[in-house]
Amino acid sequence: MSDRFVAEHPPPDVAGSPDRGRSWGGSAIVGATIIGVIVFTALVSFVWTPHDPLLVQGAARLQGASSEFWFGTDRFGRDVFSRLMMGARTALFVGVVAVSLAGLVGTPLGILMGMAPRWLSQLFLRTNDLLLAFPALLLAIMFGAVYGASTFTAMIAIGIATIPVFARVARSGTLQVLSSEYVLAARSAGRSRPAIALRHVLPNIGGLVIVQASVSFAIAVLAEAALSFLGFGTQPPTPSWGRMLQEAQELVAVAPMQAVWPGLAIAAAVLGFNLLGDGLRDRFDPRLDDSR
Amino acid sequence: MADPMADRSRVPDADTGVDAGPVYEVAGLERSFPQPRTRLLAPSPRIAALAGVSFEVRAGQRFGIVGESGSGKSTLLRCLGGLEPATAGSIRFRGREIVGKRERRLGFLRRDVQLVFQDPMASLDPRMRVRHIVREPLVAQGTPGADARVAEMLEAVGLDPAAAGRFPHQFSGGQRQRIAIARALAVRPSVLLADEPVSALDVSVRAQILNLLADLVQRFELTLVFVSHDLSVVRHVCDTITVMRDGGIVESGPAEQLWERPRQPYTRQLVAAVPTLRRALSGAGPAELVRDAAATAGGDRSAAADEAHDPKDGR
Amino acid sequence: MTAAEPFATPDGPDVLRVSGLHVGTGRDTLVEDVSFSVGPGERVGLIGESGSGKSLTALAIMGLLADELHASGDVRLRGVDHELLTAGEAERSALRGDTMSMVFQEPMTALNPLMRVERQIAEVLLIHGTRRERAAAAAAARDLLAAVDLPDPERIARRYPHQLSGGQRQRVMLAIALANGPELLICDEPTTALDVTVQAQMLRLIVDGVADRDAALLFISHDLAVVATVCDRVLVMYGGRIVEAGEVRQLLTRPQHPYTQGLLAASDLEAVDALGHLPTIEGSVPPGGRFPDGCVFRNRCPRGDERCTTWPGWTGTERSGYACWYPIGSAHG
Repeated sequence: MSDRFVAEHPPPDVAGSPDRGRSWGGSAIVGATIIGVIVFTALVSFVWTPHDPLLVQGAARLQGASSEFWFGTDRFGRDVFSRLMMGARTALFVGVVAVSLAGLVGTPLGILMGMAPRWLSQLFLRTNDLLLAFPALLLAIMFGAVYGASTFTAMIAIGIATIPVFARVARSGTLQVLSSEYVLAARSAGRSRPAIALRHVLPNIGGLVIVQASVSFAIAVLAEAALSFLGFGTQPPTPSWGRMLQEAQELVAVAPMQAVWPGLAIAAAVLGFNLLGDGLRDRFDPRLDDSR
Repeated sequence: MADPMADRSRVPDADTGVDAGPVYEVAGLERSFPQPRTRLLAPSPRIAALAGVSFEVRAGQRFGIVGESGSGKSTLLRCLGGLEPATAGSIRFRGREIVGKRERRLGFLRRDVQLVFQDPMASLDPRMRVRHIVREPLVAQGTPGADARVAEMLEAVGLDPAAAGRFPHQFSGGQRQRIAIARALAVRPSVLLADEPVSALDVSVRAQILNLLADLVQRFELTLVFVSHDLSVVRHVCDTITVMRDGGIVESGPAEQLWERPRQPYTRQLVAAVPTLRRALSGAGPAELVRDAAATAGGDRSAAADEAHDPKDGR
Repeated sequence: MTAAEPFATPDGPDVLRVSGLHVGTGRDTLVEDVSFSVGPGERVGLIGESGSGKSLTALAIMGLLADELHASGDVRLRGVDHELLTAGEAERSALRGDTMSMVFQEPMTALNPLMRVERQIAEVLLIHGTRRERAAAAAAARDLLAAVDLPDPERIARRYPHQLSGGQRQRVMLAIALANGPELLICDEPTTALDVTVQAQMLRLIVDGVADRDAALLFISHDLAVVATVCDRVLVMYGGRIVEAGEVRQLLTRPQHPYTQGLLAASDLEAVDALGHLPTIEGSVPPGGRFPDGCVFRNRCPRGDERCTTWPGWTGTERSGYACWYPIGSAHG
């Protein structure tokens, strides 16, 4: 088995069988737990928060932590804990929309890139690399300037900027799957190319895409926070972790804890999704780690 | 001929009504691959995997192709299966040309020719259940009654029909190869192309799969094209053997004749190099036996034998 | 002196002596109660299918088992005054590549892809102090390349592993393994990935290389014919156990264990019945150490019965014997 038929493709070292690494690693469990807490918090915020997160109480400005205000209040007297809960909603919402957009557009695009004729595939790849080099924040700021800054423009911009990432991962996975003998078998069975893409490529790169999604989710949360911090994302009075951080920044000398809480929330979310991504990667395919 | 199956007369295939002509006529077949460019303006150099191969496979034949790595045997099989485009030459399948045809115009080939590959783990999609794996050719070709056929095929290859609900990794290597064979035979092809189908299997399982293949070839009146690096396996399975080297055919002939009285030095070298139990037990000590094999293989290219191959083939 | 006792073999003390070797994860036993010895100049074959534990046995001897595997038992090497399994990593790595060395199936993974061939060989000589200076080691490396019949050793010496063919790489591996004149050479399927013509040459080099140094050879393969060609004596492994041992001729012509017999029959592609069928062993090797209790072969054995639910124990001597309640020679079934 050493004839040169795979000259154009990476070696036939293909996506993992479901039996590899059956157990969930520790990092995936820790990551999933952190994210679980955040999701739970966000859901609870719909029906209950300790205080109205938007209620301005002049009498209760910049209070420290107490049994009444668990994480204290901000300079308008709004309850920080309640705002953090509602901020989780914003963060997850942005993540879900941005990553879904990127994944739903980027993955099929990547599969197409992988299955296209060689020259077209190369052209796609180079274009994609160009887009990949374009910073998401810059795109979002441009969007904000044109369409007005809002949570919506931020997440659309983040999503669009993330498309090339998914396209690239999907393309490299597709190339591996295409060089496998089971695709050869499917071709000899008479399967058409769309059927091969749907039946063989998609299920086998699914793991890769999910791993990428969890990593991209972390980046999206961070990007939203950064945009809000810069004023190009979520607009007041809606709470967002990045926004809260920005508001706390001016008062860092007076009330340092105001900056710590949203900072911790952002860090926890990013850590959680990255840990989950690592764990999923180990489970789905350890060998594809460095293939992109 | 020791094997009674070799002499059985072949009943004309009722489905196609064709028997008279050869199944495959291959003429001047070439296949080359571009190498990375070495100079900016010159065209990129090409390596020939097949350099002008011509032969015929007749209906009911069990046609063996033997060669070492880099001989082009797998490339040839893929060309026969319409999975790899030839660079030049012609392959006529039951009189119809397949070289130069687009993949979706090869429906006639897909209905009649199926493949079995070397590594049964790699050739079965790990994320598909056995049912869907075996059904795949039926679905792809719009054959009705797929479910009943799946059970029938699993039974034919000696698997419990309950296996249909499981995934490939839940089976041993031999069982996986049975699944691959069931898939290949599901559309009732008249030709089976097998690429090293027992090379990845344990010795005790190899015999089972070889027996199964022999039975199925007889039962379904298949024409078999069997590729292997192992001359002793090909000799067991096939009635005709073609020896390939460096993309060309060295020698062809009836299996027993080729094994007992090889005409070409390279074939003699191949035969001499195969270690067999009988040879090992024929009295000579191990060192002498090995030296014998090497000496017969020697002469024109002993130490240089593996040097001649492109290093990239040596996998 | 706690050195290995001198064992009674025709050629004096054994080079390798393995007693009661067990290898397992915490849960499963993968190699059980394996005992054998290899004398100087002796070539012993270890035969088995996938899952038989033959490679694990070799890795345990070399001290190269993966972290999650544990070996126990007693492994001794001539001229080494301590037991190998309990020795520290420093002591074991001092032996590897020096007193004992190993050739693997896939040379590409065993060679450093970023190092020229000459340096890889010279390194082994320098590490173990066989040569003291770089220049001397480099010269010796080229001699070793010539000794494994590589044409133009000067040129090969300057190449990287990926620039060599499979056969050439395997020769380089052998040159490295033989560099320091080991007492014990272990070859694990050294020719399985090679073409037959290259295989024949490689086998000759292994046999000659061992003979020149009067070293002991432990040759692991799934291929009976290759083992029969290379070895004097054979150990047959199945399910983590040695089920039969004996001289090559005797074991191949008069096997005692039904597994050996089945393997022999299945290997001989020239012996077919009237229908053109090869004799087979029923079923397949159970995956992942899930062999039956008692005799590991009983679920595939034509002779198995309730007595086989207990392990039969060893009949005969360590050099020639079997573990079976109903050996082929006996009148049963």
